[in-house]
Amino acid sequence: MRSRNTLVLGLILVLGLIALYVALPIAHPSWVKNLAVWQQPAEYRSLDFKQGLDLRGGTQVLLQARPSAGQRITAADMEAAKVIVDRRVNALGLTEPLVQLQGENRIIVEMPGVDDPDQAVQTLKNTGQLEFVEIGSSSAPQYPRIEQGVYVRTTNNDRTPTENELGKTTHPYPEVVFKTVMTGRDLKNATVILDRYGAPGISFELTSSGATNGAQIFGDYTRAHVGDILAIVLDNVVLSAPRIQGVIPDGQGEITGKFTRAEADSLAVQMRYGALPVPLEVVNRRTIGATLGADSVQASITAGLIGLATVLFFMVIYYRLPGLMAALALVIYALLNLAMYKLIPITLTLPGITGFLLSTGMAVDANILIFERMKEELRWGRPLRSALEAGFSRAWTSIFDSNFSTLITCAILIMFGRTFGAQAVLGFALNLAIGVMISMFTAVIVTRTFLRAIFQGERSETLREKRWVLGF
Amino acid sequence: MYRIVEHRRWYFLLSVLIIVPGLIAMIYSTATIGRPFKVAIDFTGGAIWELSFDQPIMPAELRQVFVDGGFGDTAVTTLGDGKNAQVRLKPIDEAQKIALMSAVKAKYGANVREVQFALVGPAIGNEVTQAAILAVFAASIAITAFLVIAFRKVPHPVRYGVSAVIAMVHDILVTLGIFSILSLLLGWEADALLLTALLTVISFSVQDTIVVFDRIRENSGKYRGETFRVIANRSLLETMHRSLATQLNALFVMAALLLFGGATIRQFIAVMFFGLISGTYSSIFNAVPILVGWEERNLLGTAAESAA
Repeated sequence: MRSRNTLVLGLILVLGLIALYVALPIAHPSWVKNLAVWQQPAEYRSLDFKQGLDLRGGTQVLLQARPSAGQRITAADMEAAKVIVDRRVNALGLTEPLVQLQGENRIIVEMPGVDDPDQAVQTLKNTGQLEFVEIGSSSAPQYPRIEQGVYVRTTNNDRTPTENELGKTTHPYPEVVFKTVMTGRDLKNATVILDRYGAPGISFELTSSGATNGAQIFGDYTRAHVGDILAIVLDNVVLSAPRIQGVIPDGQGEITGKFTRAEADSLAVQMRYGALPVPLEVVNRRTIGATLGADSVQASITAGLIGLATVLFFMVIYYRLPGLMAALALVIYALLNLAMYKLIPITLTLPGITGFLLSTGMAVDANILIFERMKEELRWGRPLRSALEAGFSRAWTSIFDSNFSTLITCAILIMFGRTFGAQAVLGFALNLAIGVMISMFTAVIVTRTFLRAIFQGERSETLREKRWVLGF
Repeated sequence: MYRIVEHRRWYFLLSVLIIVPGLIAMIYSTATIGRPFKVAIDFTGGAIWELSFDQPIMPAELRQVFVDGGFGDTAVTTLGDGKNAQVRLKPIDEAQKIALMSAVKAKYGANVREVQFALVGPAIGNEVTQAAILAVFAASIAITAFLVIAFRKVPHPVRYGVSAVIAMVHDILVTLGIFSILSLLLGWEADALLLTALLTVISFSVQDTIVVFDRIRENSGKYRGETFRVIANRSLLETMHRSLATQLNALFVMAALLLFGGATIRQFIAVMFFGLISGTYSSIFNAVPILVGWEERNLLGTAAESAA
């Protein structure tokens, strides 16, 4: 019994130290970060706090598909719209933007620290423009730096972009206006195919009737330009710059190259839906200035520390030695929470911090239940060790029942927050739920292990006499 | 032995005295503005724009800029030292916003800064309102179901469930009533965080009730000879320490948040503050006395008992 308790005590201390290490605001070596294998994609693994927009400033928009009369929105449409919005957000060059599908017809976008939010939101909603653009010869290339991801001016849209609009995108030939051969209107379809070696490529089909005749234009053009590069450009950004291998007379062409399957899928989607597959409207938007965010960070840190310190102080004053042990367990509890926020990761918001502090209250409540019970058992004359065990086992049903009812509420709030992109509600409920779950471990197991370690053998019976130490 | 549940008519009276003014405020508000309290754009749709200026400004002047821009239905209030202004208007799109900002800058200089901006489309506002009401009901029903299951082995588990629900409804009414009064007096607006506060109050209220009920369940087995009333009094007394200590702790945390936690969540914390007090009161002085009243088939108790 005794040695088992020592083992658990050791494990708790190790866990506490690990949590402390994770929670510390230091630069963790990359092999440590890479242990968080569930954080995807791998290159973004980090052990920093993720601050919500209300803390670091920025803009959140909830976009909703607004189908035209008779149009039905499919999941594929929304996925395609998300890919396009994602690309546009990435072009803004922000740190850690977020684009997520929400429900059946909504996309939530978070743009931290965006300079000109109005402009940015306008760009997101824009229906894009796909073009096929003449780059020139490939054997003696005049423009060798034309490749995927660079910005080009075209005859269709020859505006020079501002530095803000460019973001991380490069613009190697700002002086040149490239000739638009054809726009996305003439493209009927684009799908992924596998060639006979199993390498993925794109098969596309052009319009052959109606107002424009894509097949005709393309046939004439390719006949005159075999061997030249014809770039596929979306919103003035090059998606792909393939070489014309031969004449494409019937409007059926293929693009082959060193694509991975994912690249081919993404290219096909963007060619097919160069324009957004469905118009989007802003149904909800919040912009928080950076100053307000910084003030809130300061305020919440102060409030958190003072709140936590008061609770620790109260526990020690009111419950004495057991209170001190509970206070230590509470420190471990706080460290575990902070470490979890970094590891999962959880985005911290002001209401989220409130949720954490409230869960601290719940953690303490569990200890209060236990200690009150313990005191009662002591007053009835039980020996210290058995009073300790009785306190923990008798209080357990109350602790479990009350924590479970809180978790029910949290689940409902999380569902509500998810549906409407209400980060405030979501942050509060998530942090409260995580806190409640961790508190069942620290307030019960950790505190009990500490107390068992102290109340050992004969020492415990001398302690039994010192009522002021036990506070009963 | 202390007598607690015997005085139940007075506890119920106190609850009524607190709830009735809130109900009156809610009815008055519903009659005047069509809702039990002022609600934020989360539920109605609209836009709120907070701007900061170099110099204190006149609200009427700033409002004129918006009126001239074609937004007649705009309200402007200044905050704090008059250098910050809050503008409320109907939903606007980005192009309109850019145009309005340049009109504001043309009048007040280029140093006008956007502190925050929020926009909620009217359709989603309705959806949020419905979901919020649904959430409150869902939480109440789920928790009640859990309670009945947790206490299924006691005699009359439904009585425990119903008593806890009455205490819960009590807390919802107290919280919303106080909010409605503050809405009338200070212009507080219900937003998505009020919903969060309300659900938290519900779950904490049930927690307090669970703790006392748990003790009644335990003591019923232990003191078989005693009447239910004595067992209830004993259980209340035994758990009183815990209730007070827990309440005190929660109040410490709330006080720290209220004083230092930043203006944006102050309303949220204040609502929770009142709700938590109500939650503790209702478990001790409503839920348990109702349970006893039900057991004795005399809800209010006799006058002789309560006087003693």
